[in-house]
Amino acid sequence: MSNDRDSEPTISSNVEEDCPCRDGMKPHVELSRRGLLMSAVAASASGVMSATAMAADKTKAPPGAALYDVPDDPTKVMGRGVHEDGGYGTRSQFETEVREKEDRPLDATSWTYTPLAATIGNLTPSGLHFERHHGGIPTIDPSRHDLYLHGLVDVAKKFTMADIKSLPSITRRYFIECSGNTLFEWQKPTGKNVQFTHGLLSTSEWTGVPFAALARQVGLKENAAWVLAEGADAAVMTRSIPLDKLMSDALIAYGQNGEALRPEQGYPLRLILPGYEGNTQIKWLRRLQVSNRPFQTHEETAAYTDLMKDGRSKQFTLQMDPKSVITFPSGEMMLPKAGFYLISGIAWTGRGRVNAVDISLDGGKSWAPARLDTVPEPNCTVRFSYPWHWDGKPAVLQSRCIDDAGNVQPTRTDLIKVRGLHSVYHYNAIQSWAVAADGSVSNVHV
Amino acid sequence: MSMFKSLCAVILLGIAPMSAQADPTGIDVGTPMSADDLNAFFAIEVDGTGLPHGKGTAATGKEIYAERCAHCHGENLEGSKELGGPRLIGGRGSLTTDKPLKTVESYWPHVSTLYDYMWRTMPFDQPGSLSPDDVYALAAYILSAGKIIDDKTEMNEKTLPKVVMPNANAFFDASGTTIDLYNVQPVAPKK
Repeated sequence: MSNDRDSEPTISSNVEEDCPCRDGMKPHVELSRRGLLMSAVAASASGVMSATAMAADKTKAPPGAALYDVPDDPTKVMGRGVHEDGGYGTRSQFETEVREKEDRPLDATSWTYTPLAATIGNLTPSGLHFERHHGGIPTIDPSRHDLYLHGLVDVAKKFTMADIKSLPSITRRYFIECSGNTLFEWQKPTGKNVQFTHGLLSTSEWTGVPFAALARQVGLKENAAWVLAEGADAAVMTRSIPLDKLMSDALIAYGQNGEALRPEQGYPLRLILPGYEGNTQIKWLRRLQVSNRPFQTHEETAAYTDLMKDGRSKQFTLQMDPKSVITFPSGEMMLPKAGFYLISGIAWTGRGRVNAVDISLDGGKSWAPARLDTVPEPNCTVRFSYPWHWDGKPAVLQSRCIDDAGNVQPTRTDLIKVRGLHSVYHYNAIQSWAVAADGSVSNVHV
Repeated sequence: MSMFKSLCAVILLGIAPMSAQADPTGIDVGTPMSADDLNAFFAIEVDGTGLPHGKGTAATGKEIYAERCAHCHGENLEGSKELGGPRLIGGRGSLTTDKPLKTVESYWPHVSTLYDYMWRTMPFDQPGSLSPDDVYALAAYILSAGKIIDDKTEMNEKTLPKVVMPNANAFFDASGTTIDLYNVQPVAPKK
């Protein structure tokens, strides 16, 4: 198993390695504080503006930002003019969170994690959307990219990007979760923080054409039942999708969060299958072949199948089960003192909408309902919160998701009872964060 | 002609000719695919549909493997942790143990997947550069090294789909409801 690197990622040194210790309530808060402290010290020593001290300390802008001088008093100097950014904005130079990379032999087959503890609200910024690639990120000129739709159809056709964009589109918010999300947690607590335990999850507003609209342009044969979706990357990624799913809510998407898809998210076309495992939502989509049976591709046989205790393997476990995680407080954070904290987190399900989220402060012995901060939508994440007065004693914080189909997120004990320890994918057990008496937060199994 | 009749005529002319793929909303986009368009793609199905004409044996496959594959998958198909090429043989009987070893030999249920995947993506640094004969030969080499076929059997579009993989019957369609999670016995309330 450990040798099958592409399909069965092993626990890498990146996950095991000690990250730099992060005290403070939230990692990014701590970093900003240190920056402020250092600039203040420098300013008093040299008598010059603190901004130059900071710039000397950090001469490079964080990814996605541009570095500007910081005046002591922004009301006493003229600010910069419009369009200095070239016409496409950047984030603040004080925002430093990035996708963290999994350490793998080849970056072209690696993945990155969304920094969930730093995201605000419900949508993931496009530049922080997690990635998983199997043959790198292709560079595709949309004027030369066509979508082919053939197989069990009346008239096989190809569609240019202009053809697709000429059709009526719909726009919806959906999460995408890799079915390998949280896979290092089957055996023992491994991820040190929520970015590594749950960061293969992101939410975007997607815009595209329903598959059904394209299907009407070619006509489906009576025996059509499965559709092969194929990407235009070096992996020529293929998955078989049930026709029922495509006809119910699949999107041929070209838009993400108000602009074109990011290259690493499938530019110029991606198949969006609400609630399905991320691997099926084929990026760089170039072809759809209609058949009467699944194609048994590599990604639905050798990989993305779930090995059970009896040696059999589940295939086509396509829907993502109810899941949730507390993002504050979470692993590697430090609560400075006893007192009030607003617990916050994210819940999601690929089987409908989130109906409720429960919080436990005692490792699952008792539960109370959390507040839902966003309106539950089908196959979309929900932000939840729960006011907590920490008495300074050790506590184990948990959340559990209940969806409107009645599915309940299981405990780890229940999950491994039925799945064993080797199914790799679809780990959706309740996550436990232990808060120690000194305020440090860590990943534990209870 | 009355106003009503001429109006009807205009509406009728505006409707596209009815065909099997007529869209009730009146939209008609896309260009019919040509034979050349179709030839640019492939997907090999379980019964061998889509396999190209060609042939190869384990002896030829061994030579191609040494040149194009061993770098990542190891000289003896044992895989390489450093380069990320997975192990290709071994692991039979390991799937129910504490250390399941998933390889082509021990895990892959369909031989068609082996052909499709190699032809599609291999070698990793030159994807899509293997000829149909190369892929038949490599399939023959990997299958014979895994003792699924003997080392003399030629692989071609007729013989390959007949190969039965050792783990062929171990997969089941689990789409839909996750019934297993409903079979968990309720835990007695803690006192």
